Amino acid sequence: MSNTAAVQEHHDDAHHGPAKGLMRWVFTTNHKDIGTLYLLFALLMFLVGGFMAMIIRAELFQPGLQLVDPEFFNQMTTMHALVMIFGAVMPAFVGLANWMVPMMIGAPDMALPRMNNWSFWILPFAFVMLLSTLFMPSGGPAGGWTLYPPLSLQTGNSFAFVIFAIHMMGISSIMGAINIIATILNMRAPGMTLLRMPLFVWTWLITAFLLIAVMPVLAGAVTMLLTDRFFDTSFFNAAGGGDPVMFQHIFWFFGHPEVYIMILPAFGVISEIIPTFARKPLFGYSAMVYATASIAFLSFIVWAHHMFTVGMPLGGELFFMYATMVIAVPTGVKVFNWVSTMWRGSMTFETPMLFALAFVILFTIGGFSGLMLAIVPADFQYHDTYFVVAHFHYVLVTGAIFGIIAGVYYWLPKWTGHMYSERLGKIHFWWSTISVNVLFFPQHYLGLAGMPRRIPDYAVQFADYNMISSIGGFAFGLAQLLLVYIVWQTARGGQKATAQVWEGAKGLEWTVPSPAPYHTFEDPPVIDDSKLAHGDVAH
Amino acid sequence: MAHAKPDHNHYYVPHHAHWPIVGSIGVTALVVGAANMMNGSDFGVYLMYAGIAIVVVMLFGWFGEVIHESVQGFYNRQVDTSFRMGMIWFIFSEVMFFAAFFGALFYARALVVPWLGGEGSGAMTNAVLWQGFEAVWPTNGPANLGGEFQTVPAFDVPLVNTLILLTSGLTVTMAHWALKKAQRKALVLWLAATVALGFYFMYLQIGEYAHAYNELGLTLGSGIYGSTFFMLTGFHGMHVTLGAIMLTVIMFRSMKGHFSDENHFGFEAVAWYWHFVDVVWLGLFLFVYVL
Repeated sequence: MSNTAAVQEHHDDAHHGPAKGLMRWVFTTNHKDIGTLYLLFALLMFLVGGFMAMIIRAELFQPGLQLVDPEFFNQMTTMHALVMIFGAVMPAFVGLANWMVPMMIGAPDMALPRMNNWSFWILPFAFVMLLSTLFMPSGGPAGGWTLYPPLSLQTGNSFAFVIFAIHMMGISSIMGAINIIATILNMRAPGMTLLRMPLFVWTWLITAFLLIAVMPVLAGAVTMLLTDRFFDTSFFNAAGGGDPVMFQHIFWFFGHPEVYIMILPAFGVISEIIPTFARKPLFGYSAMVYATASIAFLSFIVWAHHMFTVGMPLGGELFFMYATMVIAVPTGVKVFNWVSTMWRGSMTFETPMLFALAFVILFTIGGFSGLMLAIVPADFQYHDTYFVVAHFHYVLVTGAIFGIIAGVYYWLPKWTGHMYSERLGKIHFWWSTISVNVLFFPQHYLGLAGMPRRIPDYAVQFADYNMISSIGGFAFGLAQLLLVYIVWQTARGGQKATAQVWEGAKGLEWTVPSPAPYHTFEDPPVIDDSKLAHGDVAH
Repeated sequence: MAHAKPDHNHYYVPHHAHWPIVGSIGVTALVVGAANMMNGSDFGVYLMYAGIAIVVVMLFGWFGEVIHESVQGFYNRQVDTSFRMGMIWFIFSEVMFFAAFFGALFYARALVVPWLGGEGSGAMTNAVLWQGFEAVWPTNGPANLGGEFQTVPAFDVPLVNTLILLTSGLTVTMAHWALKKAQRKALVLWLAATVALGFYFMYLQIGEYAHAYNELGLTLGSGIYGSTFFMLTGFHGMHVTLGAIMLTVIMFRSMKGHFSDENHFGFEAVAWYWHFVDVVWLGLFLFVYVL
């Protein structure tokens, strides 16, 4: 190889730090650099997707068509979902995993550092391609992020670009997931047995398995769309013996595990934060592990609850209804364990803990509305209404996003070496939590009253709640600019953080200085049970 | 330090990766080109080929770098395990990709076609929309899309192809044994046999496709049968081609003296991949051709 000499040189300078300049970020193999890239990319996409949500809420501020064409409105709902799911939530969790998993298990880096670089660097290309479709003459995709045929097949020239962008996101996710599994299974420090791992590591191990199992199925589904559109196949065309409903089955076989992909790592983050600020070990550690695994297993056999109204034999409706309800059991185990961890704990309420508490309460609201939607006859009423929109925004915004934000506040001192401003953090928390409920809670009522989703105009009877919801939306959007400011301010300076950061924090990541050195655990640490987050577990 | 010279107490972490960004540019060019081609633009196909060329260069460069580091002795057992896990989970992802298409086949055969034929609660479809459509398999649907067609008989070339792939699974294992016993000549010969069988499979398969298109009237446009038949066998054929190319690379590397009897993960990864395409074919033979 021509770069033999280069390779050799790098091997000689022992304790070297990061390279200089922009190329550091393009060529990096360091898990902390790549974690930072993922998190910043996710933040950028969060703002882009959030801006689309602002357009949606502005149009819905009043009945009638005011600001945008219905066609563009539909592009906004479609793109908002694609950008938030694949651009914001998933990369943010991969970023957290990149930063924290090696430090939590005492590994020097991720198992496959070069591939780690590639998993990230596919994403900017994929999203430039996806977002560019908005500027094409035909406009972007407007049939909803689920891409149901035959509607999605009527997309203009942007269709192939959207499909290929999804393929690239899938490749990125699969490589990221393979890396995380290999890291967790192969790179743990001696003594870090599986049932000593922090719960964030456990939830990510299971999430990575889900990703590898279902992202290829999505790839298959969108490939069938592509060939139906361009190469004459009839997978989803009844005239040729195919069936549009078949797409929904294949899509949701991916789609349901996907929603757990977006929430299980948040469960992990919350399970790290609550013990720290309750100053008690996590209650029922192994039950938490088994509950996570059960949720992952069940996620494969509940997909058709997304399509109760599409036409399915009665036996199918019953099976998918009961299987869905069963998920409430392991999820209940988790919620009760978080509450039990806090029981008689010596609690303090720093910003990460506030977000974690809001998560427990608000995610549970989303869980309960999910249980309502699981009931087939009730779902016939709720399906495709704002009730569904309210449900999945409670689990994704006050669930997944709050989990990410809680994790960012929790680990930001470890990443930057500075404490964030607790005063601003608390303002951000209260502002976000109040506004997010103003934003989404009225949508329950809108849905129960019959307002359909994905629509730019509505009957005047829905006007008041829509206006309230929009005001909440603008306030919530504004609050996130404060988050950007807080992160920027903390990265630049502030009170120095100690290695321990939080009084009650346990785990290997708190044994290294803050900011964490560029390379950590090049020599494996000694595992001391009393210093682990789950130290009460006797194995 | 992890990056001190060969040091088997530490996990080797490279500090620069130039190839991933090249790969991203290549993949992007490939898909942007393909999308433009599908939209009917002329330059699309050139961009697509340029993208493929960049990806090929990237693969050579990236694998070359890894091989070089391996030969230099940078990798310890733990690194080897990471590579193995990476390959296993990659193959699992491939299995799930094929599962989507097998799932479409099973769903169409077991549910869609009978429903279109009037079975179950969807009987009105048959009475109103596709009156008199009879649920049989194979079918190109009630609209007789693509016109009349015949299917490829299973116990003809497909059976021969089954035997070819099964034999190639055997020969690649013989090559592995030869490698482990350090019999270099036998290694190369068995690999050459495997490569020959792989490409012969593809030769027969291409002949089958030509036969289907020209004489049987069976095309990608032949309704759900044509869709599932060509997409399943087509993606399998792409994987066989890729596997045969990988085997060829491994063969040339063996001829150059790469791989030791102890340390030959590259060989094993390709062998695993080859067994995977073999197993997929068995599924295809059973569910696409025989049943």
